[in-house]
Amino acid sequence: MNGILEEKISTEYKYGFVTEIEADNAPKGLNEDIIRFISAKKNEPEWMLAYRLKALRYWLTMEEPNWAHVSYQKPNFQDIIYYSAPKPKVALNSLDEVDPELLKTFQKLGLSILEQERLTGVETRVALDIIVDSVSVKTTFKATLAEKGIIFCSFGEAIQEHPELVKKYMSTVVPYTDNFYAALNSAVFTDGSFCYIPKGVRCPMELSTYFRINSAGTGQFERTLIIADEGSYVSYLEGCTAPMRDENQLHAAVVELVAHKDAQIKYSTVQNWYPGDANGKGGIFNFVTKRGICLEDNAKISWTQVETGSAITWKYPSVILKGDNSVGEFYSVALTNNYQQADTGTKMIHLGKNTKSTIISKGISAGFSNNSYRGLVRIAKGATNARNFSQCDSLLMSDTCGAHTFPYIEIKDNTAIVEHEATTSKIGEDQLFYCKQRGIDTEKAIGLIVNGYCKDVLSQLPMEFAVEAQKLLAVSLEGSVG
Amino acid sequence: MISIKNLHASIDGKEILKGINLEIKAGEVHAIMGPNGSGKSTLSAVLAGRSEYEVTEGEVTYNGINLLELSPEDRAREGVFLAFQYPIEIPGVSNVNFLKTAIGEIRAYKGLEPMAAKDFLAMLKEKQKLVELDGKLANRSVNVGFSGGEKKRNEIFQMAMLNPKLAILDETDSGLDIDALRIVANGVNKLKSKDNATIIITHYQRLLDYIIPDFVHVIYNGKIVKSGSKELALELEEKGYDFIKEEIEA
Repeated sequence: MNGILEEKISTEYKYGFVTEIEADNAPKGLNEDIIRFISAKKNEPEWMLAYRLKALRYWLTMEEPNWAHVSYQKPNFQDIIYYSAPKPKVALNSLDEVDPELLKTFQKLGLSILEQERLTGVETRVALDIIVDSVSVKTTFKATLAEKGIIFCSFGEAIQEHPELVKKYMSTVVPYTDNFYAALNSAVFTDGSFCYIPKGVRCPMELSTYFRINSAGTGQFERTLIIADEGSYVSYLEGCTAPMRDENQLHAAVVELVAHKDAQIKYSTVQNWYPGDANGKGGIFNFVTKRGICLEDNAKISWTQVETGSAITWKYPSVILKGDNSVGEFYSVALTNNYQQADTGTKMIHLGKNTKSTIISKGISAGFSNNSYRGLVRIAKGATNARNFSQCDSLLMSDTCGAHTFPYIEIKDNTAIVEHEATTSKIGEDQLFYCKQRGIDTEKAIGLIVNGYCKDVLSQLPMEFAVEAQKLLAVSLEGSVG
Repeated sequence: MISIKNLHASIDGKEILKGINLEIKAGEVHAIMGPNGSGKSTLSAVLAGRSEYEVTEGEVTYNGINLLELSPEDRAREGVFLAFQYPIEIPGVSNVNFLKTAIGEIRAYKGLEPMAAKDFLAMLKEKQKLVELDGKLANRSVNVGFSGGEKKRNEIFQMAMLNPKLAILDETDSGLDIDALRIVANGVNKLKSKDNATIIITHYQRLLDYIIPDFVHVIYNGKIVKSGSKELALELEEKGYDFIKEEIEA
């Protein structure tokens, strides 16, 4: 059986190709000159440069944290290219102006922006912002969205076109002082997506950003800011891939969500960064700060994530429940195989009255990987009648992998009701045999069992994404039972 | 249909089957009885292809092919069905999805087109009726939260859906009350045809009141020590397994 096992484990990462595109790179390294270079490249106003420099100076005083249950060679921050843009960088007015090599890349990724544009008029549409290395290369459906007053554009463009909104909200949920990687991001971030949904508007389509690291030796530091004004609704999707490279590449993003009164934001991620090879060589370091705030009453923020990629994942999409009756949700599937490491979970910070949070976390570990859930539920004094339900399950696929759960609960108000359930199980030979006896082979059976195990999370994803996520889980686990 | 010759099998180096010989033709129902630990369930596990068991000697020919060379899933696709003594739970996977996947795989193996959704649903309804299975159970996760009787009925329901050539019922009667027993037996009887065969592994004669076997075999200490007609089962019921032991030892 071992022979088959080894053969299957080597299933190749589908998105590991490199596109030969001429890129405009900054010199390696990090100092004030580099920050000025990035800011100048992006033609930024003075206030933005000032913010970046403040963040950099703060970052220089910080130490890289090491409390996560992961081990790795710390990145050499002077050996990273902080700005890389596909050339030529001109404003793209139509698809004809997109570099044909880039279009080929999108086809390989299974993203047809051409098709997407043509689908206008069909009900399930997705507006797409595509970010390659440091810059946004294309945002679709802008005009359609603009009719409803929705702003969906690259972060760089938002700084130019909507400085008042960026100034008002940026850094209010994740300040640059928040943590080491948030400070780094605040100094060097190059692009990302920006989205504003005006009062009372229900965004008519899924908004989506596709992140792609292409150039060697670069890091990706994008920033996303989503604001849902009073009574509005938006569903946002994020996908990511990277080429296979022997060195580790750093991805340190910041995502901020702001939900006003009665507003709702649904944020879904399918993360498939290159996880490294079967021996743990290469792969992306995914050190991301994601946080949302339910700023006013009756707001709701839901995070759904399916994490299968990256050599190391280190992220805790969180919700600050400030408004009364606000709701925070976190649905997560984190799958690790080979030598991948994941330390992921959420923070639910209850400040308002009658606030409610739900955490459903499903970890799957295979090979020699380590998978940790780390979560914090904090009920502040005065957050009367707050409720939390947490369920953290771990599924082990081999005898050599690890699953860990680190739940933290801080309750300062005695009206709170907090429930925590946790299970750990090993995928059963009995389950597999049962499937085989019905004519289903091992691989299909694993797919079936794992997808069943993750059902509560996958059902939260928008339809197209759920299908993609299911396939991804099956592919990531091929031949991993041992 | 199936011809078992001098089958020896062991688990963890301990020999359980010590030379089983059995011939089963299409259209026949064979009951295999025997005391605890005699090797009844081992025989069904070996036929279905559980990897913990090592076949050390003998051969099994199934419709002209060497069954022991096939993977468990290929045996299933060739029409061997095992109704489990303890059906397994698969959380989050609905019965419908499970069966759809299984039928899809079996049809692909045979080079057939996938079944149309409409036909699949029609078959689902029809077969549910056969085992008097509540429609709601079809949409629930496989065996999760099912009562003992529901689990066994679900096995027969799956059997009806997959339409096997050789069905092996491993202690399907254990844990069933008399009504459930009747329903399960009814289902099996309705599925019986001149083209398929059934092996019923059981402890008690009870199930054989409802499913009349053509042959009864008694396994003892890894061997078939006595074969006969359905009257043998009655004799066993009356005298207990001790009389077999005495006969052998005499």
